[in-house]
Amino acid sequence: MTLSTALKTGDLSALPSRRDEDWRWTDLRGLLKVLPPVAPAHDGDVPAGPFAGQADAETVFVNGRRVAGSDAASGVVALRFVALADKASQGASHALVVKPGESLVLLESHEGRAAGYVSDVALDIAVGEGASLERIVLVDDEAEAVNVVTAEVALAPGAKFAQAVLTSGARRQRIETRVRHPGAHAEVRLDGAYLLAAQRHADLTSVVTHGGLDGVTSQLTKGMVTDQARGVFQGRIVVEKGADQTDARMGHHALILSDKAEIDAKPELLIFADDVSCAHGNTIGALDDEVLFYAEQRGIPEAEAKAMLTVAFVGEVIERIEHEAAREVAAAWVARKLGSEA
Amino acid sequence: MLKIQNLHARVEDKPILKGVTLDVPAGEVHAIMGPNGAGKSTLSYVLTGRDGYEVTEGAATLNGEDLLALEPNERAAKGLFLSFQYPLEIPGVPALTFIRTALNAQRRARGEDEIAAPAFLKLAKEKAAALKIDFEMLKRGLNVGFSGGEKKRMEIFQMSMLSPRFLILDETDSGLDIDALKIVSEGVNALRSPERGMLVITHYQRLLDHIKPDKVHVLAAGRIVASGGPELALQLEAEGYDRIVGAAA
Repeated sequence: MTLSTALKTGDLSALPSRRDEDWRWTDLRGLLKVLPPVAPAHDGDVPAGPFAGQADAETVFVNGRRVAGSDAASGVVALRFVALADKASQGASHALVVKPGESLVLLESHEGRAAGYVSDVALDIAVGEGASLERIVLVDDEAEAVNVVTAEVALAPGAKFAQAVLTSGARRQRIETRVRHPGAHAEVRLDGAYLLAAQRHADLTSVVTHGGLDGVTSQLTKGMVTDQARGVFQGRIVVEKGADQTDARMGHHALILSDKAEIDAKPELLIFADDVSCAHGNTIGALDDEVLFYAEQRGIPEAEAKAMLTVAFVGEVIERIEHEAAREVAAAWVARKLGSEA
Repeated sequence: MLKIQNLHARVEDKPILKGVTLDVPAGEVHAIMGPNGAGKSTLSYVLTGRDGYEVTEGAATLNGEDLLALEPNERAAKGLFLSFQYPLEIPGVPALTFIRTALNAQRRARGEDEIAAPAFLKLAKEKAAALKIDFEMLKRGLNVGFSGGEKKRMEIFQMSMLSPRFLILDETDSGLDIDALKIVSEGVNALRSPERGMLVITHYQRLLDHIKPDKVHVLAAGRIVASGGPELALQLEAEGYDRIVGAAA
C-alpha cells in the first residue's frame, strides 16, 4: 500500500487509507479520487535551492526526473527534488551509499514550485562501517500538494546517522524514515520540526529497529500547529530480542496555538530485549500565558511574542544540527516560516 | 503622570479592586503597602492589561492617555513598565535578544527608528556594568537558572535599557538578601528623575529604607484606606496592618 505503487500502476486502491493502522491519520485514498497526469520533463533553468552554494556536489530531480547528478557520497552533497509542474504527479527514487569510514553531509530539499502536484520520493540509504551521515531535510511544499518522502536507512556497525527534518506541511504530507540499527556502537539521532499553519498537514513517521547489542538512538521532534493545521507524529523504536544495552530516547513536544488545530501523536517503544535503557516523552500544550504576558508587558506585540517563543521552542532541534551552514539555513527557514526574521 | 480614578476590577467573578483612586505626579515615588490579599498585585496587572483582570468601573490614565483601552504592549510603548514579583524564565531566548526585540517593538510603536546592533550592544554593556551583571549572562536564555536576586537585577537591567516613563515595582524586595536589595535599590534610585514616576508595591517597610517614597498609601480590601508621608510606612511596621486598616474601616 504505497503512493509509489499507485503512481506506477495507476491503481488508486493501492493508496494507503485510514484502514491501514500506520496511515490512519494520513489518509491518501480518501483524498485522491483521481491521479493527476505524469509531470512532463522540464526544459529550462531550475531556480537555486535553499542550500545553494553550500554543497560540493549536487543531484537534482525535477518533476520526478533526474536532471543533474553526482555520485559523490562524501563531503557535502545537495539532493534536490523540485516540482515545477502544476497538477501533475511525479515519482522519484534514489540510492545512496556512504562507504566505510567516509563522512557525508546530505542537504536534501523538497521544493514545491508548482501547485497541487502529487509527489513520491523513495530513498535507499546505506551507511557503511564507521561511516557517518548527517541528513538535513528541508521540505517546502505548496499548500495543495500531496507529498510522501520515504527513506530506508541501513546502518553498519559503528555507523553514525543523524537526521533533521524540517517541514511546513502540505495538503497532505508524510515524511517517513525507517532505520535498520545494528547496535554495535552505531548511533542514530533522528530529529524533526514541523511548523504548520492554515490547513496544512504533516506526518513525521519513523521506525528504528535495534537488531544488536550496544546501539544508541536519540530522537527529538518538536512541532507547532495553528489555524486548522494538523500534525502527526508516529515514532516507533523496536528493540529486538538480543539487542541488549540499547539506549534509546524519544521525545515529541508540540505547541497547539489555535482551537481548531490538531496533533496526533503515537510514540511507541516495543522492547523484546532485557537489559535496555529506553524512554519516551510526549507533551502537547499551548504557549505559557504568563510568559506571553511578560513579553507583551515589555512591549512585544502578541503575534511577535508568540513567534519569538515558538522559534525558541523549536530552536532545540535546530541546535542539534551539526553542520554549521545547514544549521544557519534551518534557523533562518524557521524564522521565515514563523514571520520573525531578525 | 499616572492618574487612577475610582478603579474597580474583578478576577473571574470576584471583585478585588473596589474603587482605587490615586495620583502619582511625575518625579514622585509612591509606595503602596498592604496586607496579603489587599489587591496589590491585581492593581499592577490591571494597570498593565493582563488577561483575566476585568475593569468594571473607573479610569486609569498615563499622561492623560487612557491606559485601559490599550493592549499590554501598547501600554509598554507609552512608557509603562512592570517589574514582576516573579520574573519569568524564557529558555532559548537570550536576554539580549529579548530586550532588543522589546526595545525595537516599542520604538516602532512610537514611530521611532530601530536601534542598530552596535549602539544596542554598547548601551547594554554600560548598563550591565552599572548593575554588576556579567555580560555573558545576557547571552543565555532570559532568567533561566537565575537566582531570585539575579532575576530582580535583570528586571532593573531591562528597565534601564527600555527607559520607561513610569515604573511599577511589584514586591521587588521579595526573595532578595541584603546585598541584592542594595544593588536593586541603587538601580531603581538611579532611574529616579523629574520626568519619571514610580509606584512601589511592597508588603514590608524594609524596601522603603532603600527606595525612599514621597508618599505612602495603604491598600486594604481593594481600597486605599490611608495615605501619608514616609512616616506612615514606619507606623505600619511598628503597629501592624490591623490597627491602621481597622481604624480606617
